[in-house]
Amino acid sequence: MKYAHEPGYLLVVDDNKVNRILLARGLEGDGHKVETAENGKQALDKLRRDAFDLVLLDIEMPEMNGYQVLETCLRDPELRDIPIIMTSSLDEIDSVVKCVELGAEDYLNKPVNPILLRARVNASLEKKRLRDEQRKLFRTFATKEIADELLKTGFSLGGKFVDASVMFADIRSFTTIGEKQDPTDTIELLNNYFALMFEAIVSNNGTVNQLEGDGLMAIFGAPIHHDGHREHAVHAALEMIELLKGFNMEQAARNKVQIEIGIGIATGRVIAGFTGTQYRATYTCVGDTVNLAARIEKHTKEAQQPILIDQYTSEGLSKNIQIEPLGPTLFKGKHQLINIFAVKPN
Amino acid sequence: MPLIDPEMFNELKQMSGTDFINELIDAFLDDAPNMIQNMHTALDTKDVESFRRNAHSLKSNANTFGATILGALAKELEMMGKENNLEVGNRLEVLNEEFGKVAEELKGMRT
Repeated sequence: MKYAHEPGYLLVVDDNKVNRILLARGLEGDGHKVETAENGKQALDKLRRDAFDLVLLDIEMPEMNGYQVLETCLRDPELRDIPIIMTSSLDEIDSVVKCVELGAEDYLNKPVNPILLRARVNASLEKKRLRDEQRKLFRTFATKEIADELLKTGFSLGGKFVDASVMFADIRSFTTIGEKQDPTDTIELLNNYFALMFEAIVSNNGTVNQLEGDGLMAIFGAPIHHDGHREHAVHAALEMIELLKGFNMEQAARNKVQIEIGIGIATGRVIAGFTGTQYRATYTCVGDTVNLAARIEKHTKEAQQPILIDQYTSEGLSKNIQIEPLGPTLFKGKHQLINIFAVKPN
Repeated sequence: MPLIDPEMFNELKQMSGTDFINELIDAFLDDAPNMIQNMHTALDTKDVESFRRNAHSLKSNANTFGATILGALAKELEMMGKENNLEVGNRLEVLNEEFGKVAEELKGMRT
């Protein structure tokens, strides 16, 4: 099945019957499901009642014109993500420009050329599907606020440098655990474990952006900047350890294996942005800070500490968080000694 | 100049599909007299906005069927409406006459 031609549910808004029939039949011929509305008010009623994928909107209409419908949709959080293609005659080009500036997805001149109609509708539908996927992805990995904010600001897709805290966490000796027990138990354990860790991270304004086996990577302070990202990251780590205690108690009660985790946090400049293809994209961060966080996390086992952080992270914490300096450590791949601090769970 | 540009009409037929061309023609033949009537009423009540909008719709439909002359006549009236000028002289009668011819032609083009 070709993605670009998956059928959509479309609303054609035009006060003119000939135009409505023409657009509707053309689109139905392409496999789309089409509903029509004769004026702006009717269009808004239908949009609020049903989940449409795309609207083709005439500008010139009595009562409520296309311009007003567009404005209303863009102001309404429930409707603003539905792409709107303006349909107009050639001599309305000024109004069209205004609509596109305001936030219309695209425009089509009437009489509509069937090839252009197909191309623009399919392109818009594909863009919408991509946005929907990204939103779904984000709703799983970050707070609703972050997802909404990103969608509002329109996903700055290009990478940028940001000051952020990066966290790595994984389960100690997980391979051994996996070999010793039933695979069903292992997957169940991972799912329960991740649910708790996500809870701790997301409730502290973090975003989980990678899962690999039993390990996870999270970022604080990006994509939405928070001044307190260093403290947020450490709070999340402390909550993770706290939640893990409860988790282990439950595991023990059910006679299941208990686990220990290590968490490493480093703060600094990272390169952040969306990577992937148009079908599968993720928000990710790369750079020295990310490598350092991964190294610090690996070091937790040797240091026999659940949470380790670098110096820059330690400088952004309030007094009620207890830290203990472990002195300079040399990490693989780093040319200078790094000061490491252990965070003491309450 | 033909009443209806055959190339544009064929394009339309292709887009709507042969099955629906009759539906389209009927919709136009139904709607257009109302638009012309609305323009007459708008002239009487000096409703520039309604005059302009109905001329606009008629223009749009005429162009859809390739009725180029009718489209141009409607566009001229739309422009006058836009400029708040309702001194249309006999233009509405000329337009009405052209529509009559186009309507006859379209009836013959139903399949």
